[in-house]
Parts: sequence; C-alpha cells; structure tokens
Amino acid sequence: MREHDIVVVGGGPAGLAAAIAAYDSGVTDVVVLDRESSVGGILRQCIHNGFGLHKLGRELTGPEYADVYRCEVEKRGIRVYCETTVTGVTADRVVTAQNKEGVLKIKAGAVVLAMGCRERSRGALNISGTRPAGVYSAGTAQKFINCEGYMVGKKVVILGSGDIGLIMARRMTFEGAKVEAVCELMPYSGGLTRNIVQCLEDFGIPLYLSTTVAEIHGKERVEGVTIAQVDENRRVIEETKRYIPCDTLLLSCGLIPENELTRGAGIPIDPITSGALVDENRQTEIPGIFACGNVLQVHDLVDYVSDEAEMAGIGAASFVKNGAVSGKTVETKPGNGVRYVLPQRVHTESGKDVSLFLRVTQPFPKVRFTVKSGDVVLATAQRLKAAPGEMEKITVKSEKLQGAQEPITVSLEVL
Amino acid sequence: MFDVVIVGAGVIGGMLARQLSKYDLKICLLEKENDVAMGASKANSGIVHGGYDPEPGTLKAKLNAEGVQKLYDVADEIHAPYRKNGSFVCAFGTPEEEATVRELYERGLENGIPGLEILTGDEARVLEPALSPAASLVLNVTNAGIVCPYEMTVAAIGNAMDNGTELKVNFAVSDIKKEQDVFVVTSAGGEVVKGRYVVNCAGGYSDRVAAMVGDDFFKIIPRAGEYMLLDKNEGSRVSHTIFQVPSKDGKGILVSPTVDGNLLTGPTATVVESPEATSTTPAGLDAVARLAAKSVPSVNFRQVITSFSGVRASEKSGDFIICPAKSVENMIHVAAIDSPGLTCCVSIADYVIDLLREAGLAMAPRADWCPTRENPHAFREMSDEEKDAYIKEHPAYGKIVCRCETVSEGEIRDAIRRNPPACDIDGVKRRTRSGMGRCQGGFCMPYVMRLISEERGVAMESVTKNGKGSTPLIGKL
Ligand SMILES: Cc1cc2nc3c(=O)[nH]c(=O)nc-3n(C[C@H](O)[C@H](O)[C@H](O)COP(=O)(O)OP(=O)(O)OC[C@H]3O[C@@H](n4cnc5c(N)ncnc54)[C@H](O)[C@@H]3O)c2cc1C
Ligand SMILES: Cc1cc2nc3c(=O)[nH]c(=O)nc-3n(C[C@H](O)[C@H](O)[C@H](O)COP(=O)(O)OP(=O)(O)OC[C@H]3O[C@@H](n4cnc5c(N)ncnc54)[C@H](O)[C@@H]3O)c2cc1C
Repeated sequence: MREHDIVVVGGGPAGLAAAIAAYDSGVTDVVVLDRESSVGGILRQCIHNGFGLHKLGRELTGPEYADVYRCEVEKRGIRVYCETTVTGVTADRVVTAQNKEGVLKIKAGAVVLAMGCRERSRGALNISGTRPAGVYSAGTAQKFINCEGYMVGKKVVILGSGDIGLIMARRMTFEGAKVEAVCELMPYSGGLTRNIVQCLEDFGIPLYLSTTVAEIHGKERVEGVTIAQVDENRRVIEETKRYIPCDTLLLSCGLIPENELTRGAGIPIDPITSGALVDENRQTEIPGIFACGNVLQVHDLVDYVSDEAEMAGIGAASFVKNGAVSGKTVETKPGNGVRYVLPQRVHTESGKDVSLFLRVTQPFPKVRFTVKSGDVVLATAQRLKAAPGEMEKITVKSEKLQGAQEPITVSLEVL
Repeated sequence: MFDVVIVGAGVIGGMLARQLSKYDLKICLLEKENDVAMGASKANSGIVHGGYDPEPGTLKAKLNAEGVQKLYDVADEIHAPYRKNGSFVCAFGTPEEEATVRELYERGLENGIPGLEILTGDEARVLEPALSPAASLVLNVTNAGIVCPYEMTVAAIGNAMDNGTELKVNFAVSDIKKEQDVFVVTSAGGEVVKGRYVVNCAGGYSDRVAAMVGDDFFKIIPRAGEYMLLDKNEGSRVSHTIFQVPSKDGKGILVSPTVDGNLLTGPTATVVESPEATSTTPAGLDAVARLAAKSVPSVNFRQVITSFSGVRASEKSGDFIICPAKSVENMIHVAAIDSPGLTCCVSIADYVIDLLREAGLAMAPRADWCPTRENPHAFREMSDEEKDAYIKEHPAYGKIVCRCETVSEGEIRDAIRRNPPACDIDGVKRRTRSGMGRCQGGFCMPYVMRLISEERGVAMESVTKNGKGSTPLIGKL
C-alpha cells in the first residue's frame, strides 16, 4: 500500500485550495485525486463571470478562477491524479481509487473530502407525466453547451430559480433559445439577487413564484409542460393549471452534497446540511478526516468555498504534524429564524476567533443576529436583509468563546 | 425463410426464443421498439410470485407452480440477477383480511406450492422489524423471490442470439398474410420476414396482432401500475417483499427490495386507454406513498430517485390465453400475460413449445447449443485485487463513467457490443445501471452518449434516449 501525508478527494476549487493550504502549512506530501480529465470541478463549465470578487479582488470566469488555483498547485509540485475515481474511504484513512492503471490503495495521514455536490433530479422531485428526452438538470445542460458544444433545445421552461437555473436562462437565450418561463415553487427565489437582475430581468424572462411544473408531456421528446400555482402547503391549485408548449425542461431545484464516501467511512451527517458534522477546522467526527466545499454545505459563492477549504487544509496539516486538536468542544445550534449553523461543534479554548456560517429559514427585512451561550451574548451582527440564498458569516472572538457552555445558539430578530 | 417468427421481444417472446434456440430451428424475433424489454417487461414489480394467488385449475395456477423453479434455474444459466428473498402477505387486523390470509394458504397448498406458512404479526416482525405493528397475520411465502425483469429479458435474448436467433428491432408488425404454408410478416416500414410458424407475444398489442389474421376472440384491457423507486439508502428497510392481502380494491401496494439494492413501492391499478399510457400521475404517486406506509410506516419517501409506470395486458377472463390461432394454422397466441407472467416466462415458453410440436413443428435438439451467457456483471463482482489485475489488461475498466453506480467505460462498451446490443441511452442504462442511480444520469449522460456515438458510428445529435425522435441534443452550437 502506498502512503501519503494528505490525500485530497476531489480537485474542484475546494480540493485545490485545501491542498495548497496544507502544503503552505508545511506538509508537502499532498496528493489530489479527481475523477475528471482535468481539475477545476464544476467551475470548468461555469464560463460566465462573477467569480473571485471577494477572494481575489477581481471578477473572473469559472475556468479562470480554477486556473489561478491550478497554477498554484502546479507551482508547489503537488501531485494531481486525474481520471482517478475514489471508490472508498475508511475510518482509518485508507483511500481506494480506480483509474486506467488499476486499483490503488493509499494509507493517508489525513484525508480531505472535497467531492462537491450533484443536482436534484426529476425523479427526486417526483414530477409526474411521461419520460421523454429533453428533461435536463440545469448543470447537465450547461455541460453540454459549454463543454461539449451542443445545443439542448429551442423552447425552454426552467423549474427552480437557483443560481444555476438563472444562469442557464441567460445562456440558453444567448444561444438563440426562447426561455418561456422560470417557475419557482417557493414564494421567493433561492438565487442571488444579482443573477435575477442580470439573467432574467435584463432579458424579459418571466419569473413565476409559488409555481411548479405539475406534469411533463411528450412521448419521444418533451412537447410541453403543465405549470400551476401552489398554495402555502406547496400543493398544486388545480384551477391555475396551464399548458406551456416547449421542447426542453431544465431543473434547477437544489444541490445535494455527494456524501456517499463520507457515509461509507461511517462519518455522521447533519440532516439539514446533508454534509458531515464538523468542527471549526472542518474536521469530521472521525479524527483525521476533513471536509470542505459543496460536499460539506452547498455554497453560493466559490470564494467562500476557497476560504472553507483553506481551513480544512490547515486543519489536515496540523493533524499530520500534531495529531487531533484537544480541549473542550461545544455544540452550535440554530435558533429562531436560522436553518443551520456550521461548524456544528467548536473548540472553546483554542485561542482563535471562530466564524460561524449560517442560512436563514426564509427572506427577512432588516435583522439582528445574536450568538449566545446560555444568557451570555458572544457576538451580534446586523444585516439590511437576509435570504436563504445568501450565506451569512458571523465571527466570534476567541476571548468570548472561552468558557462558553453548551450549546452556542444563533438566532435572529427582525428589527 | 425462418422456422419460427416471434412477434414481440418482451420477456415472453425473449424467453421463448431462448428455449427454442435449443433446437435446430431458424428463429426470428421481431420488436417494434429500438430495444428489447420496452413494454411491460421493463416496468413491473419484478417479483417471483410463489403461486398461492391464482385460482386452482387455471393455466396461471399450473404455470406459476411449474414456473418458479424453472425461472431460478434458467436465471442461473444466463446470469440474470435474482434473489430468493421470500414474500409476506399481510392482514392488518380485520377478520376479513385474516380470513383471506388463511384462504391464500389453502389455495397455495391446492396449487402445490412448497414452503408456505402462516405467521402471527409478532412472529413476522421478528423476521422483518420494519413491518407495521398493525400487521396481524402473515402468509410467509418462502419460495418467492425478486428478479430484475429487464435484465432477465436482455439475458434471455442475448443467449438466444448467441445461439443463432436473429433479432430485428424497429420492426413494427403491421400485417401478417399466409401464402400457401408460409407466413409473410410485414412491418410498418415495409420490411418483410417470412416464416413457417408465428408466435404472437405482442403483450399489450397481442389482440391487434391476432386481428391481423382474423382472430378477435380476446381483447386486452390495459391497466397501468405506478411505482416509486427509492435510493439504496432505503434498500435495506425490508428484506422480504411485503404484500397486503388482496381486497376488492385490488392487490394492494407492495414494498420490496430490488436485486440491485433499492427499495420499490407500488403498483397502483388503473385502466388506461393504451398499452403505452405510461405517464405517472400525482394521484397515483400519492396513493403509492400513502398505501405503502400501511405495511412499512418508516419508508422515507424523501429518498425517491425515480417514478415510473408499467401497463398490464389484462383480459376479462383473468387467465393467460395461450392457444393456437383460430383463423389460421401454425400460429400461436400468447396473450393476456399479466402478472405473474414474468414468474412464468420459462414455463410459458415450454408450454408454447409443446403447442408448436403438436402443430407439427419438428424439433431436433442441437448438439452445439450453449445454455449459458457470459456474466455481464463479472467486473463489478470482482475483489479489488482482481479488478486491479483485470484493469492492467483492459484499461477501459479503470475509467468510471457512472459515479453513482460505479460503472466503468469497459462495461458500457461491452453492453453496446454484446447481444442484444444497446443502441440508446436507456438501453445502456438497463444493461449496466449507468444513469440508474441517485443522480439519474446527470453526470454520466454526456459520456455515455459519446461512447454510443463512437461505438455505433453515429453523430452525437443522432444518439437517442430510447429510439425514434428521442434525441436529447438538437445540434451543434
Ligand atoms: C452552474 C453553477 C454556477 C455557479 N455560479 C457561480 C458564480 O457565478 N459565482 C460563484 O462564486 N460561484 C458559482 N458557483 C458555485 C461554485 O462553482 C461552487 O460552489 C464550487 O465549484 C464548489 O467547489 P467544490 O470544490 O466544493 O465542488 P466541485 O466544483 O463540484 O468539485 C468537486 C470535484 O470532486 C471531484 N470528485 C467528486 N467525487 C470524486 C471521487 N469519488 N473521486 C475523485 N474525484 C471526485 C469532481 O470530479 C470535481 O472535480 C456556481 C456553481 C454552479 C454549479
Ligand atoms: C405493473 C405491473 C406489475 C407486474 N408485476 C409482476 C410481478 O411482480 N411478477 C410477475 O411475474 N409478473 C408481473 N407483471 C407481469 C409481467 O410484467 C408481464 O407478464 C410480462 O412482462 C409480459 O411480458 P410480455 O413479453 O408478454 O409483454 P411485453 O414486455 O409488453 O412485450 C411485448 C413486446 O411486444 C412488442 N410489440 C407489440 N406490438 C408489436 C408489433 N406489432 N410488432 C412488433 N413488436 C410488437 C412490444 O413493443 C413489447 O416489447 C407485472 C406487470 C405490470 C405491468
């Protein structure tokens, strides 16, 4: 069996940033494994711009952003194995992978999981009707158009107003397709405001809120869809049903972290984030196995993916050098108006500030977030508005964390 | 000129071809779709029914009793996946339902079914902890099992083709004429195949094929059944197939593991307008979820990965119709093969062979007949060490295309090359499971299309989902 200090599973923006951070923390025997033919992950197909504003201070396209990190990896001589699929990870950090040379087993000092996520499929959405060609998850359509150079349809309905759906509405329009409608089940969009403006409003594409696709029609290829409004319980209101002829239905209804390997290693998963439970170093409940990026929680901005991955890379390097972080830990819990808080556990005596990342349960106007341990306020933050589509970050100072008791809660009040 | 022309490449036509290929005969199998197993044989419960259910004395009862062991034996030979997991038929507290359980037990004995026993609810829950606390009396059917119905069909037809059977897809029989002693079978596209004997295995369309020779003594009533299939995370919720006792409202909804480790729930039973009315409906899927919870309350329907519907070819008599044609000689109808048709596919094939023999078809066994088919899943069943060695010889098996089901490029290329060749995306999916997992092809579809395009020498834009106009791509940018 081969041995390496750190094995990074997945060479998307998360995996690359984690590898670089680990290397820069002094652990140079790092390898990155990715099943695709080149690194960059989902960014390889995101040819639009809007990446890197926070992290790099400039606006790049997805492939350009990925390239910045690829070059840094190369500069350091970190070994990257492409077309290499990891098929198993064990709790004692044996990584099994498969490529055209055979099956390899690596004993790792630490493992960083960075497998990204997949899109929710038609089946998972349980849309009834026929099963013709022309129903795509938005990312698959994006891959065909941006990476393979093929067009997927002419007359399009999009279900889901997540960022991928919005970006694809614009992309399909650029390529000459007519986007008839974007339907969103919820009474608000899950996408970034800038994408609603730049991808729909600028092109006159209608966004129907509280609306779903009730049925798919067509035998060989999609011929149309029935859309309908939904009530508060998200059930179709029969009288509002309406047929829209189209040849393509794109689904952009959420991303699901790809945690098959994580489950296989016996790592506990947070039912809300669908990612591993982690501490502030992004270590999972199994010592020496770390997770970051979309496999841990679905991010809207790749810049935050890179930030998170650096924490995991630094954590993994520290584990290789010094073993597991000791000291007391306290759980974090979402309170009023908050859907989840990550990390789910923090060390209180480490002497370091800790940032808590969270999403709210629904759109709010001006709010104040309060981080509390019992009755003690650890931090507060105000926002002019908050929405589930935009991740929030609140930092707690190390001196406040000292002596904090179970649990640390984050809640909001509307101002 | 063929000795036998079989119309319809479902599990019935396919298994008949396989059993007939033992003899020195020229056999042709005609199918209107782009691939085999495109009718009821691709969308059903996949249960090997024990045989307690059919009315004693019917053809169904006889062929079911004979069919179970025959099916397992052939499945071993042709490497079609199955598992003898046993099934439970449950009553939920009412005296009528409990009486039905006892009745089914008696009926099973009369039909000659081995291994039946009656369990109390508590005894059943020891074997099946997720079973509802409301289950009060249970028929334990130990000879029952599960199979993959489309793999069974593919394997049977593959084995028949390896033994010389000719398969013609996209051949929709539209006319059958008898000229002297020869049947002239014409497709909608004008292609002609001639044969001395014809067997009608056209499933939902068997009445229409019968009408082509002037027979109208039966009429198919298409009845749809909707299903939801759940992620492998839910696959070990139960190990037995859990049925509810049949009532006046139908056979009830089952909850069953599949041979691939998913969980299957369904089917409903609704009369529909055509054998191709395979739409799912909100009402149908709601009913499946609601009624499945009656047997196994803990099923997590958030783990649904796909839903589908299959159409039964039923008939008012309720029994299989397997008999010589009335208006011409040397043609056999195999019609109204609704449940348990899959279970009975081998016993039906053997029964039809007897009818053909009675009709004068001479059958000399072949010395060179090969009963086995190469195991298409040999690679995925290897240990890591074996895989490593195999990949070193055959690098294409090292490249994983479908991440959810871990399917390699080598396995996909095999499925496109092997009998019966996969020609479209769904065909690859049914043979390899690529695209059958939780992402439902979101990641692997472009890659699978490229492999089909390469292997079959067609442009990407011409690759279809399931034949005809089902092209995902409309052109280059
Ligand atoms: C359509 C779309 C539009 C977006 N638009 C924007 C935007 O405008 N601005 C912005 O900032 N962000 C945007 N994002 C978000 C950003 O792209 C993602 O947050 C980021 O790519 C996530 O990085 P990751 O490394 O966690 O995952 P990924 O990019 O998904 O990378 C995961 C990698 O792991 C590999 N992998 C997975 N499993 C295995 C395995 N078993 N073995 C080996 N390798 C494996 C994969 O091949 C992949 O390369 C967008 C995302 C999408 C999908
Ligand atoms: C919902 C449901 C659940 C079921 N559950 C079970 C079960 O659990 N256990 C069990 O044992 N059985 C079950 N069955 C029954 C079983 O599926 C069928 O008995 C079996 O699949 C019938 O096979 P077949 O070959 O007769 O029909 P099909 O698979 O329908 O094949 C007929 C073929 O003929 C072709 N064809 C039709 N017309 C023409 C033409 N003119 N020219 C050329 N080709 C033509 C069709 O395209 C089709 O491929 C179930 C069926 C359904 C629908």
